[in-house]
Amino acid sequence: MATSRTAGKTRGSAQGAGALRRIKRFFDDYSIIYAVLILIVILSIASPDFLSLKNFTNVFRQISMIAILTIGMFFVMVGGGIDISCGATVGLTGVLFAMFMVNYGMHPVPAFILTVLAGVLIGTINGTLVTRFGIPAMIATLGTQSISRGFTYVITGAYPISGIPESVSFLGRGYVLGLEWLPWPVFIVAILAIIAHYMAQRTRFGRSVYAVGGNPEAAYLSGIKDKRIQIISYIALGALSAISGMILTSRLASGQPNGGLTWEFEAVTAAVIGGVSITGGRGRVFGALLGAILIGLLTNGMTLIGMESYPQQMVKGIVLVLAIGFDIYSINKKSKN
Amino acid sequence: MAEYALRINNISKSFPGVKALDDVSFDIKKGELHGLVGENGAGKSTLIKILSGVYSTDLGSFELNGVPVTVDTPLEAQQLGISVVHQELKLVESLTVKENIFLGRPFKGKMGIDWQKLRDEAVNLINRLNISLDPDELVSNLSVAQKQIVEICKALSYNADIIIMDEPSATLTEKELETLFSILHELKAQNITIIYISHRLEEIFKLADTVTILRDGKHIDTLPVNQVDREKLISLMVGRTLGMEYPKRKVEIGEPVLEVKNLNRKGVLHDVSFTLHRGEILGFAGLVGAGRTEVARAIFGADRGVTGEILLNGKTYSPKNVSFAVSNGIGLIPEDRKEQGLVLDMMVKENISMANFKSIMSSVFLMPKKEESIAHKFIDALHIATPDAERQVKYLSGGNQQKVVIGKWLNAESDILIIDEPTRGIDVGAKAEIYSLMCDLAEEGKAIIMISSDMPELLGVCDRIMVMHDGRITGELMAEEATQEKILEYAIM
Repeated sequence: MATSRTAGKTRGSAQGAGALRRIKRFFDDYSIIYAVLILIVILSIASPDFLSLKNFTNVFRQISMIAILTIGMFFVMVGGGIDISCGATVGLTGVLFAMFMVNYGMHPVPAFILTVLAGVLIGTINGTLVTRFGIPAMIATLGTQSISRGFTYVITGAYPISGIPESVSFLGRGYVLGLEWLPWPVFIVAILAIIAHYMAQRTRFGRSVYAVGGNPEAAYLSGIKDKRIQIISYIALGALSAISGMILTSRLASGQPNGGLTWEFEAVTAAVIGGVSITGGRGRVFGALLGAILIGLLTNGMTLIGMESYPQQMVKGIVLVLAIGFDIYSINKKSKN
Repeated sequence: MAEYALRINNISKSFPGVKALDDVSFDIKKGELHGLVGENGAGKSTLIKILSGVYSTDLGSFELNGVPVTVDTPLEAQQLGISVVHQELKLVESLTVKENIFLGRPFKGKMGIDWQKLRDEAVNLINRLNISLDPDELVSNLSVAQKQIVEICKALSYNADIIIMDEPSATLTEKELETLFSILHELKAQNITIIYISHRLEEIFKLADTVTILRDGKHIDTLPVNQVDREKLISLMVGRTLGMEYPKRKVEIGEPVLEVKNLNRKGVLHDVSFTLHRGEILGFAGLVGAGRTEVARAIFGADRGVTGEILLNGKTYSPKNVSFAVSNGIGLIPEDRKEQGLVLDMMVKENISMANFKSIMSSVFLMPKKEESIAHKFIDALHIATPDAERQVKYLSGGNQQKVVIGKWLNAESDILIIDEPTRGIDVGAKAEIYSLMCDLAEEGKAIIMISSDMPELLGVCDRIMVMHDGRITGELMAEEATQEKILEYAIM
């Protein structure tokens, strides 16, 4: 009897421990929530304009394009890579989208498809350089960044392409069903994030990305096609950069050759402060997304309290270094235990 | 003069959730070779890290040559004359032997570094060990054994009178071991005290004067080696008497499942041919670098540039990549679990399902429930000691990690398992379990290739042993006729 009672007791406490563990794991995965909440409280106190639906809608719309990049960056970084060409891809694809419609008179739908394909192509090149030729990701994408940006200036002469058809303006400026709190870009981010989350957590591809980023050798020796997985993650980021670029073009009603400048920096920062490890293998889609939101709130808050844009850039740099420092610190701490 | 080089008094050390050392006390005599044994997790590493100033103690103290001391940093330990030769060697590969020995302490001359003096001092140290090693050679060109020698010279250069050797023999070949042993004798002759940690008990009996046994963080006993035998020592380590160390069972050998003919890879493999049968455990013996792992990788499709013919169940099989090999029922349990076998940050269940995602999928999605139940199936079947299937594998012991890798291939429904160094770095109790598991699998009709540098293990577990040397198969021995001497003869021919 005594034994059966203890057995029952352990089972009960094991269940309780299981729930606790799940809660603990949730906060381990999404510890950035604290940072977001603290920032919201501070900014609400610092600026009376901050805490309003209108401001939040505004912030979300502003960060939406970077958030889309962050979702792609999530896969690349969890898979153990990095892509600093994605900002330039935004610029190039944004301009291409405009040129397809303005210079070649294309209907928006085929223009959209061709632009996505351009993003896919850039992603394929990045992925191939990194996996097949073994060029360090940082260097390979530094190269493609320069190529893409240069090419953008060559085809545009560094002038914006204006005259975008009104029919695509909804993409950057419209509201879903006319709802004032749901701009199209925000809606697109939400959909993409949900898809990405399920891909990461519940598909073979997603699991493979984690495995490859966690230990490429072990993944390869388990029959996972590590290189293919990595290439696909670069392609996903390329395609998402194209979508981001098209939203930008629609939002500005013109293709801007400088579009997406330094966005790779914002996307990497967002991913890292959202818990994506720079050494690969760890992170969550919604964590990275919260990272993007945090960056957006920070930028918005700094603007509201009247900070100029140059010091803002310094603050963001400090945030990135701190986030990476924290990441490395926690990796070292874990490996010591 | 004090009789003891080191007295350890009531040392305790806790980490969150574990008491790594619990009131440990023992004495180490001057000039003796003191063996330190215990299963993984017994507290050996923690003790070493405390002695070498990496960790601080919670309680307790040391006496060095009769004087109470505190060791707060690795530098202090070195200055006190305690040096550690680590399992993972810490050398700068791109520098020469002499530069590594005196790393960070160059001899200053009139014009910068006094290279002549540096070289002379290095030669002195190497001569003290009575071996030959070129002080001008780059460390990256050295074998593991030679690198170890550099580490030992480095320790001597600090005037160490206590040298701690953490599993020095784990990656050495038989021949290199002989060199290591002779070096240890030299050191002893120079009245240097050595603390020697090893999982290979035969070395303890061969080398040590005294042996200390730790178990679960507690000091179990310190005895002169001549007062203890192998069985006694093992039972002190595991706290119970083990049954047969090698549970070899008679299994009916079935039809050939894998026929390898004239496998070649330029400069690595030369005309390797052999046949593996159902229910058989086929051993591969040889020195490190003999090409055994390369044979495994060739069959597993992990390397390019392999030619030759392989028949799998009578049909031609040409493994163009790993996933092809996996889907044809071949599994590889690599020699380096942590680097090649597991994704350490991932959970037990994720590692188990990694080689066969289909087993946990319904059409498109991975099913957490399925994954959970499959993980529990193997946790139960293989007796994997883990609190739950969600535990990250990095927190498991070596033996349990190895079982997770085996579980991965069982879940992938592999018929042929290639196990490279199945028990490296695994403690005695868990070893027996792994052997028994391998026998179970053979009984179930799986065919197993076992690569090992541990001779007793090869002799105890295998039905047949192929011996390799320099990329060639140089001998084949049936279990009945195989002896260590015969294997060695083929291995160094």
